[in-house]
Amino acid sequence: MALTREQLAQRVAKELQDGFYVNLGIGIPTLVANYIPQGMQVMLQSENGLLGMGEFPTEETIDADLINAGKQTVTAVPGASFFSSAESFAMIRGGHVDLTVLGAFEVDVNGSIASWMIPGKLIKGMGGAMDLVAGADNIIVTMMHADKRGNSKLLSTCELPLTGYGCIKRVMTDLAFMEIKDGAFHLLERAPGVTVDEIVAKTAGKLVVPDHVPEMTF
Amino acid sequence: MAGFNKVVHSYDEALAGLNDDMTIMVGGFGLCGIPEGLINHMVKLGVKGLTAISNNAGVDDFGLGLLLKQHQISTMIASYVGENATFEQQMLSGELNVILTPQGTLAEKIRAGGAGIPAFFTATGYGTPIADGKETREIKGRHYVLEESLTADFALVRAWKADTMGNLVFRKTAANFNPMMATAGKITVVEAEEIVEPGELDPDHIHTPGIYVDRVIKASFEKRIEQRTVKAAK
Repeated sequence: MALTREQLAQRVAKELQDGFYVNLGIGIPTLVANYIPQGMQVMLQSENGLLGMGEFPTEETIDADLINAGKQTVTAVPGASFFSSAESFAMIRGGHVDLTVLGAFEVDVNGSIASWMIPGKLIKGMGGAMDLVAGADNIIVTMMHADKRGNSKLLSTCELPLTGYGCIKRVMTDLAFMEIKDGAFHLLERAPGVTVDEIVAKTAGKLVVPDHVPEMTF
Repeated sequence: MAGFNKVVHSYDEALAGLNDDMTIMVGGFGLCGIPEGLINHMVKLGVKGLTAISNNAGVDDFGLGLLLKQHQISTMIASYVGENATFEQQMLSGELNVILTPQGTLAEKIRAGGAGIPAFFTATGYGTPIADGKETREIKGRHYVLEESLTADFALVRAWKADTMGNLVFRKTAANFNPMMATAGKITVVEAEEIVEPGELDPDHIHTPGIYVDRVIKASFEKRIEQRTVKAAK
């Protein structure tokens, strides 16, 4: 079975480490915050100027001056800090964020990513995505392996306008966890019940499959 | 003599000198931290042909969306412009010139502009459409794009507290683009929730020193929330 959005987030959360500063993008990446292991301390960075993002507020504590990058009202945890957008992107561009998780429309075997624009259809802007992929060394892209018609989103070369060139090393889809290196996707793990054949069929770019591909655990 | 007293008491005074075809910077992220009263007064003044530099374009009936509706903006420099149908329609019809800029690059362009740095190299956008037509350079094995800095005729800023000398303190994530923009305007106008006497703000806690600020006006804000998310009370 393909992973649900929640399972995808849950598997990504296993890549967190105690003491990590983490930036979570909008969509599935945001859900990762729900699966931070008990006893582990992680500080969430929100690029609009908050390090130490907490849960949603109550009706009593809601504050229009405290939002996240998705423009949702949030809270700040003890030890949090507020800062300007320039400071925020100094953290991001300067490589100070330990893990970045974001979504994508397409990735390719060279580690390029397209996530911000579909010509003629969707032009909302890139927000902070281009800075995040350029600045972070440790990035996990979460995405669907194929579109609803079964067309692969893991390509030889991205077809949509790029967000970043040659910057992605790990991809977590609803079917598989893969590493990108040496011009190919390398299959690391498969979703429970998903066959290697299905992953091969839905991966358009070069895919290297080892003899044994373990099922994901959560 | 006014000395260092930068307080003005009307929006006409606050925006005196703002004319058609000028470049303005407007603080805020989404609707958080926007100078609401200054935007509303620009609508009233009817200035046209503006180049607006702001992370977002407001929503249809609030923030910069109000200026768009009156066709007062001709060029928009922003990183994310979703959630605004007027914007989308004017962009697609070609009426509005839009320069989409990565958020971190936008912040740094403004910071650099205020700091007298004409341009800088960044890895952001290398190999993407953003780099088209721009100089690139390899430095220590990595590729970078040359990005030019930004300044404006007017920077419109929202602060939490100001003193009469223009020293500013921002509140929570309402800071966002406001501190950099305060440094990058030929004329920087601040709309503050509270104005206090010099000495009342702890000099250790001032975010923006008054040297950058030209005018301060006290205002009350609607503080509209774009995405109201709450958890269930226990």
